[in-house]
Amino acid sequence: MSYLPFLLAVWIFLVGLFGIVRSRNFIHLVVCLSVAQSSTYVLLLSVGYVKGGTAPIFKDVKPGTKAVDPVVQALTLTDIVVSVTVAALLLALAILGKRHAGTMNPEELHPMRG
Amino acid sequence: MTRRARLIVFGVAAAGLAALLIWGTLGIPDFGHYHGRYGQILNRDAVKERQATNTVTAIVFDYRGLDTMGEEFILFAAVTGVALLLRETRQRVPNPIDPVRSEAVRAVGICLVPAVLTLGLWIVAHGAVTPGGGFQGGVILAAAFLLLWLAGSLRAYTRVTPTPFVDLTEGTGAGGYVLVGLVALLLGEPFLHNLLPYGLAGKLSSGGSIPILNWATALAVTAAFLLLFAEFLEERSFVIAGKHK
Repeated sequence: MSYLPFLLAVWIFLVGLFGIVRSRNFIHLVVCLSVAQSSTYVLLLSVGYVKGGTAPIFKDVKPGTKAVDPVVQALTLTDIVVSVTVAALLLALAILGKRHAGTMNPEELHPMRG
Repeated sequence: MTRRARLIVFGVAAAGLAALLIWGTLGIPDFGHYHGRYGQILNRDAVKERQATNTVTAIVFDYRGLDTMGEEFILFAAVTGVALLLRETRQRVPNPIDPVRSEAVRAVGICLVPAVLTLGLWIVAHGAVTPGGGFQGGVILAAAFLLLWLAGSLRAYTRVTPTPFVDLTEGTGAGGYVLVGLVALLLGEPFLHNLLPYGLAGKLSSGGSIPILNWATALAVTAAFLLLFAEFLEERSFVIAGKHK
């Protein structure tokens, strides 16, 4: 019985959330969000792992050879690229926040005014 | 809410969430004993059905091609958002300042550009055959252009990747993907149905429409990252120029 990879994913997710909650800088916050999100890669890939399986690529091995699950790998692949661009969008918002409010610290932001 | 109160609230909530996640985790099949039929069936049949030896690419660009289109438009929307946010509020810098870098960085950077470019094209081209594909290769291709900035200057970077051209490439990549789907629709097949001859497994042209969608995605991803780089690099030179005033 081995649950370590799944528990690792849980741990990474919670650590990322903890970082977001106590963040004092928007850039740090975006990095923490990326950490939390990377737990999904660990979870997906470890869910689809098959003991003794090869990569799901049948160039040199015959189709039907025991291989890990390709669906979760496809999900992880697109997840990574999209998460990077979303991080870029958040960083652009951080730049604008700095320009308008003059601070990178979420705690120093005033409530929104109409 | 004070910082202390917020941390206490988070602590309580996180403990509850952790308990829930761990409880859920114990219900997942043991690590290494996954029994999902879908992936195993695709592993067995993708080569036979599509002549694509990389099952992951076959899923991304064929079996679940519609999902990938959605992902591509998330990418598109995020990049559009960055461009809208940053372009709108920034004045152009007439003479971007490029801090002088060491000769070693310049020499290694310039030597790396063709190598990284070739690697990127290779990774994209073999998407349906060996590990790789439009997403991974696209990022590598964009990195090759970023090296131009690192080894040369912002001006060199913008001259090689003019924004109107990159915008057009981004649109072509994203639009091309949809177009392939629409062509299938016009011919009376389901959207994104794989129409083209599948070719021989292991060849670059194998997989029917998979290589076309793969290259369209590579275009979109490369252009997306080039736009992101351009926006943030210009933002940076704008800040540096402001400090030197």
